[in-house]
Amino acid sequence: MVFTDYVFYALAAILLFAGLRVITTRNPVHAALFLVLAFFTAAGIWLLLEAEFLGIALVLVYVGAVMVLFLFVVMMLDINVDKLREGFWEYLPMAGFIGVLMVIEMAMVLGGKYFDTSDEVSKPLGYSNTAELGRVLYTDYLLPFELASVVLLVAIVAAIVLTLRDRQDSKSMNPADQVKVRRQDRVRIVSMQAEVEPPPATENPAEGTAK
Amino acid sequence: MTFLAELFGEYWAPVQTVTWTLVKIVAIVLPLMVAVAYLTLAERKVIGYMQVRIGPNRVGYWGLLQPVADGLKLLFKEIILPTASNKGLFFLGPILAIAPAFAAWAVIPFDATMVLADIDAGLLYILAMTSVAVYGVIIAGWASNSKYAFIGSLRSAAQIVSYEIAMGFTLVGVLMCANSLNLGKIVLGQAGGFWHWYFIPLFPLFVVYFISAVAETNRAPFDVAEGESEIVAGFHVEYSGMAFAVFFLAEYANMILVSMLAALMFLGGWLSPVPFIPDSFLWLLAKVAFLLFLFLWFRATFPRYRYDQIMRLGWKIFIPITLVWIVFVAAMMQTSLGYLFH
Repeated sequence: MVFTDYVFYALAAILLFAGLRVITTRNPVHAALFLVLAFFTAAGIWLLLEAEFLGIALVLVYVGAVMVLFLFVVMMLDINVDKLREGFWEYLPMAGFIGVLMVIEMAMVLGGKYFDTSDEVSKPLGYSNTAELGRVLYTDYLLPFELASVVLLVAIVAAIVLTLRDRQDSKSMNPADQVKVRRQDRVRIVSMQAEVEPPPATENPAEGTAK
Repeated sequence: MTFLAELFGEYWAPVQTVTWTLVKIVAIVLPLMVAVAYLTLAERKVIGYMQVRIGPNRVGYWGLLQPVADGLKLLFKEIILPTASNKGLFFLGPILAIAPAFAAWAVIPFDATMVLADIDAGLLYILAMTSVAVYGVIIAGWASNSKYAFIGSLRSAAQIVSYEIAMGFTLVGVLMCANSLNLGKIVLGQAGGFWHWYFIPLFPLFVVYFISAVAETNRAPFDVAEGESEIVAGFHVEYSGMAFAVFFLAEYANMILVSMLAALMFLGGWLSPVPFIPDSFLWLLAKVAFLLFLFLWFRATFPRYRYDQIMRLGWKIFIPITLVWIVFVAAMMQTSLGYLFH
């Protein structure tokens, strides 16, 4: 056992614990925060595997953006946990089936030719994981990469279209119009004398008020 | 030394490395804390003079001991735990606010050789750390179980996520020019006088970066997360004593961090503006001090933004500007004028 092994086991233990708490804790905000912890420790494990770009990207994208929005929504919802748990036994066979399927898939990946990790390819000095990833992504895998980005773009547009309801009764304002306003649209400065001559007193002032 | 080496035996080398790294960390964090303390004094003095007042001048000569007095006062104040709050998360909030603010300093190069962790993905690491910082605010606001705090944290979450995108895009422009994510290499790419610094070819990105940095650190005029006139003190309304001070510390440490980053990425870091004056750490300090002064100047000058205008500025103005400028820089790099962008 070398030092990195201890680090790996510590991170793996935290990851498992966090993953379990995500599905067992009763408070949805706590669950989301445990998911954040799980992502963070997973990023740590990737760093151990010298995949620093992926590790940092995981923190940047999932922890820094996706989970923030998740929390944003979860914090505002008034979720009744008991109601969510009603159909637990009903959905259990399906969930179990998917779980077993995932385990088999992982076993096939890990049990295949990749399992033997002892003959590590030694990296040349100055090897940059980030640069290497970029090179592969934009040369060998350019088409799949572009396809994935188009799919994401479609998803973005779809999400916007689905949520964009132009309500007629809302009294929303248009900040763009407000920013465009210049002084002369709102204020008119009239030059006038500082003092106005009082009108000459009439013969019978009471007459004016009586009318 | 030899006695210690015998005592630890084969573990001597790792022990030495760990101790040396710890010493370096202290050497970064301690001056940072002092800088934070005196930044608060500088803020009060600068804004004071801008508003034709003197600012603090009672404690110590010229008010120089004011930060110490403030620190002691906060240290001895009672930490109040609201009954309806979520106990664990209530204390986790300040910790999560300050930890990323300090952790990001690990990859900051102060000089050509003075850097704690010289990693290749330094810029990405900093972006990741600053994006984690939002959790302190969100958790604090939610765990306080108070409406003002909650509104503050929601505002902050939306604002930081929006401006992070613009900020990330400006960094893309920098790394296109520098051809590297390593902060040291980014600075060295700007060598040869101030006309080689990246703020000239990337001027729109520099402006967007700095304004986004003000928004990311929740500073005026983007301080709606704690807008006193609307939601009392926003996300930290329920915090007192040291727990409040930690939020304060994190905010100022983040201010220094983003100024440091702006100095490194756009203003040539420790490089001197003209080639015949030697490069020095002092140049970096001067640049950071100037950028911090801008922070204070903004606060004394601009009224607070309205919330929807903040969102409009981030999404409809800054992100398009950065995208257009990145495409422009990429196109120019392919032409014969490409040398201007390296």
